[in-house]
Amino acid sequence: MTQTITAPLSVPGTGRASLEVTRRALRKYFRTPGLIAMGIVQSVMFLFSFRFVFGGAVTTGASSYVYYLVPGYVATIVLFTGGGIAVAVAEDGVQGFTDRLLSLPIPRRALVLGRTVADSSTNAWSICATAAFGFAFGFRLEGSVAQGLAALGLCLLYGVVFTVVFIVIGLVASNSQAAQGMSMVAFVFAFISSTYVPVSTMPGWLQPFAKYQPITPMVDAVRSVLVGSTNDLALALVWSALLIVIFAPIAVLRYRHA
Amino acid sequence: MNSSTQIAPLLEASDLTVRFGKITALDGLNLVAPPGEVVAILGPNGAGKTTFVRTIATLIEPSSGTLQVRGNDVVRNPLAVRRDIGLAGQYAAVEPTMTGRENLVMTARLFGHPKKAANRAASIVIEQLSLEEVADRRASTYSGGQRRRLDLGASLVGAPRLLLLDEPTTGLDPAGRSEVWDAVRTLVSAGTDVVLTTHYLDEANELADHVVVIDHGKAIASGTLGDLKASVGRDVIEIALADSSRLEAVGQILRDVTSNQATLDHSGRRASASTTDHTSQLTATIHRLDEAGIAVDEIGLRRPTLDEVFLALTGDRADTPTTVGASQNGSAR
Repeated sequence: MTQTITAPLSVPGTGRASLEVTRRALRKYFRTPGLIAMGIVQSVMFLFSFRFVFGGAVTTGASSYVYYLVPGYVATIVLFTGGGIAVAVAEDGVQGFTDRLLSLPIPRRALVLGRTVADSSTNAWSICATAAFGFAFGFRLEGSVAQGLAALGLCLLYGVVFTVVFIVIGLVASNSQAAQGMSMVAFVFAFISSTYVPVSTMPGWLQPFAKYQPITPMVDAVRSVLVGSTNDLALALVWSALLIVIFAPIAVLRYRHA
Repeated sequence: MNSSTQIAPLLEASDLTVRFGKITALDGLNLVAPPGEVVAILGPNGAGKTTFVRTIATLIEPSSGTLQVRGNDVVRNPLAVRRDIGLAGQYAAVEPTMTGRENLVMTARLFGHPKKAANRAASIVIEQLSLEEVADRRASTYSGGQRRRLDLGASLVGAPRLLLLDEPTTGLDPAGRSEVWDAVRTLVSAGTDVVLTTHYLDEANELADHVVVIDHGKAIASGTLGDLKASVGRDVIEIALADSSRLEAVGQILRDVTSNQATLDHSGRRASASTTDHTSQLTATIHRLDEAGIAVDEIGLRRPTLDEVFLALTGDRADTPTTVGASQNGSAR
């Protein structure tokens, strides 16, 4: 009795295809020893250094530096860990996995959507873990728990935004080393912003960039929400939406021509 | 126009051109391949084989010209093409951190199978490719041949009408190669059309009915293996010697008689040259060998091997843009 496979009656929709892409990316993540731990160790190490090594030399106003640092650090942690997303996407291209997916009758957007969901979930994990270490290193909520959770929600949203950007970097890079290198650009945006030090302490010629690039209002909005203010919130949301609206279609188009 | 009819050719390329910046990978390729056959696309490295397969798989859009796969245009109706094809790549594109079964189920789902049917398709493929013992181990633990078979299996779970194999055995050891060959033969006997690229002539010989030789982005020859051997036209006089020390002398005799180059194989103690006028040249050769007092183990006429055809077709590629005409001076080396 030889059994035969009958051809599927219909092609998968965006939902089912995205789910399979997500599931595979998460399996790879959780089954690669070290990936989960590495991300956390790295982010805690940096947080430790900023908090206890450089922190003493930084004056940010009245409150302790840890109150300034932790919200900014948690909001932008994906800018540091996101290189891994770009590398994974570039590797899929080099190893032929992307070709396999592209040869299947699935919508192109499912590749971007599936990856975004997978990487946003792993980012959510590192954002929450980093926030927990923030508390361990002396950070406390100044506002209510609800305000704290709203701020965390905002950080998770940024995680999605940055994921899409790193997917594009991975697709533009020709291999994993290039993807790693290109991801370093994110450091520029993280450092030259209000994430670690107030923009006003930077030299005058640097301040315009620091002030008007998206990371500064995004970080400041998290600090605002923590104390129940809505300063910079609208601008932060506009930037988030804008980055997704720009980068998600680029990702879909790059996949099409990968 | 957009529906595939029963008699649509498997592939129909017309002036197919693909450029990457300044590089022209496919340069006005014309080709019609009939359905119901295993088509081998043969060519030296860099000839455009992989580009051609990627264009069939809708991974690359043609710069100009058209390509129809089972009657569907790759640009106008790529989704229909993707429903019809299964692609197995040069690199084994399976997820190493997932088991063989998980890989197959995932791909089956992405082909559009509902959950149950996906599981069933995976089980059938596992049996078909004799992967039962390793099916529930992670693909990272597989041998090269097992991995390649899994990759092949992943391209099969959607019951494709056309299987595209890009250098399916490159980098495998002989055991791995014959594993993959057996798997392909099983599929072919079940009625799947196959297009494969290879630079191994024996692979084409083993698997293919129809051979297309690509060089410099053009199809320079197309036909059955027999057609191709006949198109190069010349039978070969081959002589096996008892004593290899006389090989050079035999080579000289062959050159004199056939006015073609002679190929000398020292380890096999064999000399060969292609001939245009079989019988008289064979007789003349025997006569000359006899005169020179050279002891011969075996002498005879045979059809050219695919290697010889291939070299004849793609020969002189350094200085002349190769056309079929280049095969006219086709000596075996």
